[in-house]
Amino acid sequence: MNRIDNEHVTAPVHAALVVFFAAYFFMLAALAPARAETAIQEVRSTSGVTAWLVEDYSVPIIAVKFIFEGGTTQDPAGKEGLMTLMSGLFDEGAGDLDSDAFQLALDDAGAEMGFSAGLDGLSGSMRMLEEKRREAFDLLALAVNRPRFDQAPMDRIRAQLITGIEASARDPETQAGIAFSKALYGDHPYARRSDGTPETLRSMTADDLRTLHRRIFARGKMHVGVVGAIDAATLAQELDRVFGNLPAEPELTAVPEVTPKFGQEVRVDYPLPQTTIRLAYPGVKRDDPDFFAAFLMNHVLGGGTFSSRLFDEVREKRGLTYGIGSGLSTPKASASLSIGTSTNADRAAETLSVIREVVAKMAAEGPTEEELADAKRYLIGSYAINNLDSSSAIASTLVGLQVEGLGIDYIRRRPDLIGAVTREQAAAMAKRLLSVDPAVLILGPAADGG
Amino acid sequence: MTVTRLAAAPLVALWVVAFGLAGVAAAETQRGEGVSSFTLDNGMEVVVIPDRRAPVVTHMVWYKIGGADEERGKSGIAHFFEHLMFKGTANHKAGEFSRAVAEIGGNENAFTSNDYTAYFQQVTPQALPTMMAFEADRMRGLVLSDAVIGPERDVVMEERRQRIEGNPGAVLSEETQATLYQNHPYGVPVIGWMHEIAKLNRQDAIDFYNRYYAPNNAVLVVAGDVDAGEVLALAKSTYGAVPRGPDLPPRQRPQEPPQDTRRTVTLKDPRVTLPSVQISVITPSYTSAAPGEAEALDLLSEILGGGMRSRLYQELVVKTGIASSAGAYYRGSALDPSSFTVYAAPRAPDGLAAVEAAVTAEIAKIAADGVSADELDRAKNRFTRSMIFARDNQQGMARIYGTALTTGQDVADVEEWPDRVRAVTAEQVRDAARKYLKLDSSVTSYLLPANGDRS
Repeated sequence: MNRIDNEHVTAPVHAALVVFFAAYFFMLAALAPARAETAIQEVRSTSGVTAWLVEDYSVPIIAVKFIFEGGTTQDPAGKEGLMTLMSGLFDEGAGDLDSDAFQLALDDAGAEMGFSAGLDGLSGSMRMLEEKRREAFDLLALAVNRPRFDQAPMDRIRAQLITGIEASARDPETQAGIAFSKALYGDHPYARRSDGTPETLRSMTADDLRTLHRRIFARGKMHVGVVGAIDAATLAQELDRVFGNLPAEPELTAVPEVTPKFGQEVRVDYPLPQTTIRLAYPGVKRDDPDFFAAFLMNHVLGGGTFSSRLFDEVREKRGLTYGIGSGLSTPKASASLSIGTSTNADRAAETLSVIREVVAKMAAEGPTEEELADAKRYLIGSYAINNLDSSSAIASTLVGLQVEGLGIDYIRRRPDLIGAVTREQAAAMAKRLLSVDPAVLILGPAADGG
Repeated sequence: MTVTRLAAAPLVALWVVAFGLAGVAAAETQRGEGVSSFTLDNGMEVVVIPDRRAPVVTHMVWYKIGGADEERGKSGIAHFFEHLMFKGTANHKAGEFSRAVAEIGGNENAFTSNDYTAYFQQVTPQALPTMMAFEADRMRGLVLSDAVIGPERDVVMEERRQRIEGNPGAVLSEETQATLYQNHPYGVPVIGWMHEIAKLNRQDAIDFYNRYYAPNNAVLVVAGDVDAGEVLALAKSTYGAVPRGPDLPPRQRPQEPPQDTRRTVTLKDPRVTLPSVQISVITPSYTSAAPGEAEALDLLSEILGGGMRSRLYQELVVKTGIASSAGAYYRGSALDPSSFTVYAAPRAPDGLAAVEAAVTAEIAKIAADGVSADELDRAKNRFTRSMIFARDNQQGMARIYGTALTTGQDVADVEEWPDRVRAVTAEQVRDAARKYLKLDSSVTSYLLPANGDRS
């Protein structure tokens, strides 16, 4: 039931310090105070590595995020789970340091490092203390350039992944999710489990990992975001140390576009206290010129936390559920809008029919002018609030903006992009997405639903 | 999923990290602005935590009322009432407050634990006066009709089904608490037992509101791009106008008798494939502990089971490889004695007994031999570092102070925490292990496959 609102933009760009504090404190919300915008700097190193940087010295830490495009979709056939396995091994030994030595060095450096494999990219992050910057970047450089993939840690992480798969083998939520992905995406890589299967995991060797590492770790499809107590010149040097020696271009396998298969129902019968319902409708790609029409329409439908049509009808008026929401998902090669909730099994049929009514009404009429205006205000205002609250969040945003190709001035342009959407455009989008017969997943006791 | 008004479970393990950072923030007031605290004439406490990095402010009101303060037979009322606070008041109809938050792109939510209930919004600083006015309004102005009670109670029952009944691990955890606490209300789930939630009514809600929702039982925490003087002025004009409520009796809950049995809780469920085990004991909390003891327990949990460098992880997962996971956590932030838990899961379905034996061996070892100077230094450094990292999160900072002030701590306790941690000796850590990690007065919980056993 992951909901991904992949607008991908989030960032702070408003400067830390507000001038005229006392004065603006009492101003009305509508009168935005004049405040400097924190420039996102584009930093280019001698070797040609670029990163986006927001300098901020208020806490003596540095947050680094980066992504290499090409995620679990790059797993070779028969080696599904390879990218996930690799992502677990970067703090398990690099260069001359074995697993134990590397982790102790990381602890000494006071840094936190993490890697994770997504559908479309391998992400890495590091949070470090400014005073231990050199030591931390040294270790990151080792992890990125010279991971060891030693047998013992590889066997251990592999065993943990296999255990995880086995542990969820009888979990109905997990199994229903797998069944729904298969139904939606068929043979496409997006239907595959990111952690593979026990069989594929068992077949993997250190050579498989080295080959994948060589293919993916390159400067060409890499994006870096840095926030914190570091200036551009210093960052440029660190970028060279960490990424400067990587090959120019990765060797990525093209991932074909895929349209989920709608107009189907997947039922997973299981005697649970609640029935879980998911509906998948067509979505829009992030680079669709009408993306914000869909984004706003979705917000009115089910995107708002305590204010959306689905929330009002299903939870507030009828008490059918604790949680209901909708979201746009925009992976690189597909798009969908999904609705998810769970309800008392006895009331599943009623819940599904209320959801369908709400959707049908939106498809027929679109949002009202007032709803659209509210959604615009929320989505413009929430941008800073949702993304200014930590250096790591800001760094993630800087990476997301680059992945989506939205441009370094995007945050300044964004309010106008949202403001320009008309009710007619949002209504047309509702019709386009929500008139389609959706794919429905129903997980719960056999007797009810539909 | 959309996260809505949060429920129940106390936040585990995050405490240490979160708690710590506050102290550093207070100690290193970079722009000459530290944490300030005040008390209004009507008894409401106020804490202001400046963080000027972004034009964002977190506004929270914490009430010193949680699941453990409920009358017997009315379990879940604190949490149910938290939901009802989002209904209308005499001045603002239902949804108006939420709309005012959404209109400016703000976030809001609320959460209930054993010891406290809190409401928050994250907004731009210009909206703070409006938020304070709304929040002060619902402190005493709520209007509760049967029309809003019924559907909201259904929502809470769905919440319980979703969070607890749909999840074998959550069911086991609830039963473990109920077994661990033989007399103290920490054994009753915050969300409530289903049969008692089902009977909660309008009168229960009104009685609860009138008894506990008053400025003299509340703490205002504001963190962010604000000036303490301005916040105080606003607090006086909003919350300050709410009359003081009746004096509340001290929060004296029924305490635990000496525990002298080893208990076992077992849940077998067809959804489970691989077994797991956890062992819990009752320990003092920061508020109930002798000086230094809670800090020693925090360090003990870090050394024994805090992450990949811990003894349990290194021994069970890395060296012998019999477990896929292993660790420990200490719930220190509580008004009354809390708990310490170790847990592990085997790699293979038949490995449970070996894993349990290895866990108990590690417990025996740390109690007998204590910890090394190097282990202790590393654990302390990790805490110190996590404090600095935690300063990066404004809402986290607000939660640290709110939790402390509603669980019997004060601002000074928060600020002095890092120094107290640094002062802990290896002997204190060993003694804490000896005194509290006793299997003879513990609860061991097993999550097993439907056809599983403990061999």
